[in-house]
Amino acid sequence: MKAAAFAYARATSVVNALELLAAHGDKAKVLSGGQSLMPAMNLRLLSPDILVDIGGLAELRGIAVRGDVLVVGALTRHVDLLGSPEIALHAPLLRDAVAHVAHPAIRNRGTIGGSLAHADPASELPACVLALDATIVVRGPAGERRIAATEFFKGIYETALSPDELLVAVEVPVAGQGVAFFFQEYARRHGDYAIVGLAACAVVAAGSFSDLRLGFFAVGDRPVLAAAAGKLINASVTPALLAEATAALADELDPQEDQQATAAMRRHLAAVLLRRCAAALLARPELEKGATR
Amino acid sequence: MSAPVSVSLLVNGEPIDAVVLPRLNLADFIREHLKLTGTHVGCEHGVCGACTVRVDGEIVRSCLMLTVQAQGASVETIEGLSDSGEIADLQAAFRERNALQCGYCTPGMLMTAQDLLKHVSMPDRPAIREHLSGNYCRCTGYQAIVDAVEATARTRAERRA
Ligand SMILES: Cc1cc2nc3c(=O)[nH]c(=O)nc-3n(C[C@H](O)[C@H](O)[C@H](O)COP(=O)(O)OP(=O)(O)OC[C@H]3O[C@@H](n4cnc5c(N)ncnc54)[C@H](O)[C@@H]3O)c2cc1C
Ligand code: FES
Ligand code: FES
Repeated sequence: MKAAAFAYARATSVVNALELLAAHGDKAKVLSGGQSLMPAMNLRLLSPDILVDIGGLAELRGIAVRGDVLVVGALTRHVDLLGSPEIALHAPLLRDAVAHVAHPAIRNRGTIGGSLAHADPASELPACVLALDATIVVRGPAGERRIAATEFFKGIYETALSPDELLVAVEVPVAGQGVAFFFQEYARRHGDYAIVGLAACAVVAAGSFSDLRLGFFAVGDRPVLAAAAGKLINASVTPALLAEATAALADELDPQEDQQATAAMRRHLAAVLLRRCAAALLARPELEKGATR
Repeated sequence: MSAPVSVSLLVNGEPIDAVVLPRLNLADFIREHLKLTGTHVGCEHGVCGACTVRVDGEIVRSCLMLTVQAQGASVETIEGLSDSGEIADLQAAFRERNALQCGYCTPGMLMTAQDLLKHVSMPDRPAIREHLSGNYCRCTGYQAIVDAVEATARTRAERRA
């Protein structure tokens, strides 16, 4: 189908975009890459009165290192994350994840800000920003707000953003000594939305986790930072302990059933990913098999 | 509200000025206004890849881009790539290997395959499949398409050597 009629405004600056949003309230929608908004409009799931196109705002695009923080502008495209030496060095989790996001032609236009603001629970990047303990930087009529990634996602397609606010950047702590990452997902075909996925960030010292952040996606109405990780921190990770952690994970997750998988299948796959993650990050392949119960 | 907007862009190197409704997507602009019907429209929500064109050198879904977003951009369609001879060898390989039947997916396949061959000189089959993963073909079963892209990569590599 084709999108219903709407008015179009090309924002000339962040301030101008905020003015346009303030003037039109929830009748307006921000247009970044359009790779989620346009499908929704073409399917007539959404029909905003006006689109505020921020796509030309160069000030919102780009990746910079400021001290120990990597600042990623909202309009940074998926393809930019894939090719950026700063991302590869300081936050390779984002590179590994974005390789699984859609297909080349879509990665050429889709943006990190759009992906986070869209908040599809099956999306890769929202789970990554949880695992990375990132901060979402938002600008609105009252100025700037900084929202912890853990506070940002509120439900399916729901975030802490209000209609008159713009997501302007994501701040990611630069990976320090001993930090290791893991990314894997199950999808029917490369580039499809995941059935279940895991983006993890760990600090490994002397063969155990001194920190472990597990960002699961496609397991509920929003990305989940799994509390079960706590069981594996500062502990000797035995197959039995890992079995305890996967059991806790299955309890904690509340996956939806859809045409791709049942809730039970999603719980099972999440447990498999957790075991693989522990095995890979601790370099102990035997952990992947799990304990015999 | 929703008043027409004027837009200037290059299409296959030719300057175009037009006044369009904001809702007009680039695929429909190319097909209906410019009568360049090589760009196909399948799903209109980004999943099939039939509408793939190049904007400023990079492939995009023209069904997910508004014409007004192409202000100042250089758009290349399958007609542009075909007429310039840029993909003559790839087209010949598709023909030789029966990599098309109904042809509906073919313009998008050629666009996407040429994009891969521009970025990677000798992609292996998994890399070809991955790059084409967003392009549906309901006829060929993909084998022949992968064959044609692989063969073209090889002959181009030999020509360079
Ligand atoms: C066929 C297909 C397959 C895909 N597969 C995947 C996949 O596997 N994984 C995945 O994660 N994504 C996938 N996507 C979505 C893609 O990653 C999108 O690029 C992304 O979700 C949205 O980014 P965008 O810049 O295109 O945002 P837009 O589509 O422009 O906007 C999306 C939403 O966010 C709002 N918004 C955008 N930018 C801002 C901002 N700066 N501030 C406030 N609000 C904003 C918009 O108003 C809109 O509601 C797929 C898309 C398609 C078409
Ligand atoms: S018509 Fe654009 S991707 Fe299907
Ligand atoms: S040749 Fe018919 S869809 Fe590909």
